[in-house]
Amino acid sequence: MPPELQSLFEVLQQVKGYVYPNEVELQWGLLVVAYPYLTGLVAGAFILASLERVFNVREVQPTYRLSLLTALAFLIVAPLPLLAHLGHPERCLEMFLTPNLNSAMAMFGFVYAWYLAVVLLLEIWFDYRKDLVLWARQEKGLTRLLHRILTLGVTDISPGALSFDFRAGKFITMIGIPSAFLLHGYVGFIFGSVKANPWWSSVLIPIVFLFSAMVSGIALVLVLFMLSSLVRGKEIDMPCADKLSSFLLYALIVDLSLELLDFIHRLYQAEESIKILSQMIYSRLFLSLIILQVLLGTLLPMIALFLVSPAFHRRGLVQVPAELRRLIYFAAAICIQIGIFSTRWNVVIGGQLFSKSLRGLMVYKMELMGLEGFFMSALLLLLPFVVLFVLVRVLPPWPDAEAHVEPQKP
Amino acid sequence: MRPQVTRLLVVFGAAIASLVVARHYLIPPTFGKLGHYRAAAVDAVAARKVKYAGHEVCALCHEAIAKTHDTHRHRNVACEVCHGAAAGHADAPTEIKPPAPRLRAACPVCHGYDPSRPTGFPQIDPVAHNPLKPCYTCHAPHAPETPRTPEDCSACHAEIARTKAVSHHAALPCTRCHETPQKHKINPSAGLPTKPANREFCGGCHAPGAPGPKEIQRVDMATHNQRYVCWQCHYPHFPELK
Amino acid sequence: MSDQESQDRRTFLRTALPAPLLLLAVAGKVDTAGTTETEADKKPAYQATEHNYAMAIDPIKCIGCGRCAEACKVENDVPREPFFFRTWVERYIIQTNGETVVSSPNGGIGGFSSANEPGILRTFFVPKLCNHCANAPCVQVCPVGATFTTQDGVVLVDQDYCLGCRYCIQACPYGARFLNPITHVADKCTFCYHRLVKGLAPACVEVCPTQARIFGEFRVRSSPISRFMRQHVIQVLKAHLNTEPKVYYVNLDGEVR
Repeated sequence: MPPELQSLFEVLQQVKGYVYPNEVELQWGLLVVAYPYLTGLVAGAFILASLERVFNVREVQPTYRLSLLTALAFLIVAPLPLLAHLGHPERCLEMFLTPNLNSAMAMFGFVYAWYLAVVLLLEIWFDYRKDLVLWARQEKGLTRLLHRILTLGVTDISPGALSFDFRAGKFITMIGIPSAFLLHGYVGFIFGSVKANPWWSSVLIPIVFLFSAMVSGIALVLVLFMLSSLVRGKEIDMPCADKLSSFLLYALIVDLSLELLDFIHRLYQAEESIKILSQMIYSRLFLSLIILQVLLGTLLPMIALFLVSPAFHRRGLVQVPAELRRLIYFAAAICIQIGIFSTRWNVVIGGQLFSKSLRGLMVYKMELMGLEGFFMSALLLLLPFVVLFVLVRVLPPWPDAEAHVEPQKP
Repeated sequence: MRPQVTRLLVVFGAAIASLVVARHYLIPPTFGKLGHYRAAAVDAVAARKVKYAGHEVCALCHEAIAKTHDTHRHRNVACEVCHGAAAGHADAPTEIKPPAPRLRAACPVCHGYDPSRPTGFPQIDPVAHNPLKPCYTCHAPHAPETPRTPEDCSACHAEIARTKAVSHHAALPCTRCHETPQKHKINPSAGLPTKPANREFCGGCHAPGAPGPKEIQRVDMATHNQRYVCWQCHYPHFPELK
Repeated sequence: MSDQESQDRRTFLRTALPAPLLLLAVAGKVDTAGTTETEADKKPAYQATEHNYAMAIDPIKCIGCGRCAEACKVENDVPREPFFFRTWVERYIIQTNGETVVSSPNGGIGGFSSANEPGILRTFFVPKLCNHCANAPCVQVCPVGATFTTQDGVVLVDQDYCLGCRYCIQACPYGARFLNPITHVADKCTFCYHRLVKGLAPACVEVCPTQARIFGEFRVRSSPISRFMRQHVIQVLKAHLNTEPKVYYVNLDGEVR
């Protein structure tokens, strides 16, 4: 008997109550949990970048290019867990060839392609074009070739051309913000539109997904910013870190409010599914929801940031030296990552742990090996950092790597 | 136009053009003919092999058995329920032979007593009912009517009999309240027993002046819950109130 | 010839001429006994547009023997492990203390063990299968058009086109779908479509000993379904989800989900 079927017999023993016979095997596992986590980081990182561009928040300017590259790295890796999860990955092109226009999932391909090509790549191109041209002039060998190709042959860096680049970038960022909302909002919609599943079916899910994406994206950029400064031996720009943590706190407050709203709404309405869902939360999701998502992932970082971040008070409610503040920011951001991953877990796996007969609970048995196993997902979650490393080498985002145009001699 | 714009238009244009061309070659030919799906898929499903031949096919060769079978109580039980899928046998009669169940365990799958089964469906207790004898000893599978007409109602209505046996109505024969034509024992649905229709029937024993021993509980029929019929509260096979 | 005679002649020709032509035409259509006819001419090809299938189930008649679930697995090569069912039978036991116990051991294949819960108020079996919804959520969510409703009202899966994304399995409110572990595509009841096109009944209907399952054509007067729908009070599963199921239940207890 194949090993996956063997584990199903073990799962069958742990089923509580009554579940439809076909429900014993959970359909969407760890790979499908990884996917909204990755796209959430994309959306969050991009929205952080757009804060600087559209809302002129100057303090976070050092993270602008890093956010864009982070978004790109995660966007490149995002479809991989889905591909690995398909029963027939070789048929994936069908989503572009014959998309069912009534299906939210079919629209994935197009929203993704739009976001990648028209928003992210174009914005990066417009922002880096000047530097690509100038770097190519001074480099040799492979790097020079690479940069020249990336310029797409447009080497005009006159003030007029540069000003066009700037305005184009701003325009793209402006359409990019709703596009980023759409990118991750529709992932929420893919779940939220499934009327068969009372845990998923909710008007609020796209919004909750979006704000938790922003929280995770900002936290990720904060961590990467601090780590990259350390690695490069540079002093961490505290005003930037403070501003990032302020935005993180605002997003966290909105995210918590939305999740609380969903929770209170469900409890108050007390629809038929409330009994089995409560049972599921207390028995199957206690660790991942109560402990990891709420306490460790939301409340703890929120309280910590509320106390030390200058979000509501110019120097923070509790003044601590910069070294301690950095540490708290870092720890809070890590807790938030764990919390947001748990959120995705609770939505995806949680939605499949109770039966649609509303009479029973299943279990999710995570494999270690195999495409659906723990190691594969861990690899896919680490891969974006590898991609980011490569991107950072090809397109350095650091302020001191920027090339400058020599002033024109009269 | 700005060189950036022209170059981007060229790049995007080339990408979109190649996608359009690729679509033409890659979309399956029958897609979209009948709807948003491959029309050839319907034919693929329709071309699957049939495994269950159906009772008409069996009757083509096994005429005598079919005639017997269709005039007795198993007439709605398809041949393949007991003999398994037989399309292979219908195509190659001498090479593939369907099995005939002989063990006692086969028949209780349908006829073993289970309270979830509908009342009136013939059920027996597989342990107590003629133990160790194969079922076909007494019941020909194609004409399974009981060899002897059951004398007692409890032969088929065992659960009711068991309930009644420990109640105040234990001494009453079933026929005291249910007029049962003889043919009910042979073809139950053709001759259904009667059921009492009104309070007065019960009053025949339970009214204050009714004949019978004084141990029978008497109740004033005129005032005791006169809007209801007796069995709305008192289950006749276990009439005591708990 | 006078005008009147000419007129009469014209009238005669106008009425008389078509008759021999008609006779010739009719003669041409009538086949001489079995000389040029082939087998294919005798049986007209199956026209999907002429049919619209539905099923009705009377749970009171079901004895929970599990023959339907077994026959389905045999007919359609469904893996025998207890996690993959195109149809299954559930048992409901509603107890006097208000609790409801539901079970479906191996989908009902091999029957159930005799219920011996204390204090049974009501108990019955309910056969379940894909409802072939007229407004199917699985068809709506399939990203590539691999699951679809045929012209005769049957929801099918294209095994050669399905990606195995499992969205349809999530979208089905009835738990009727599963991922086939051998083909790695979505799988479900097809109303035994390959039997329908040959004029046979689905395997589960064929073997049901008590006629708890009734199959037929929707809105055709001479179909068993039509009589059934006329004479009974009809319910469907999860009506509030507006999937418009085409499997109709009668005597469906309120506890059935």
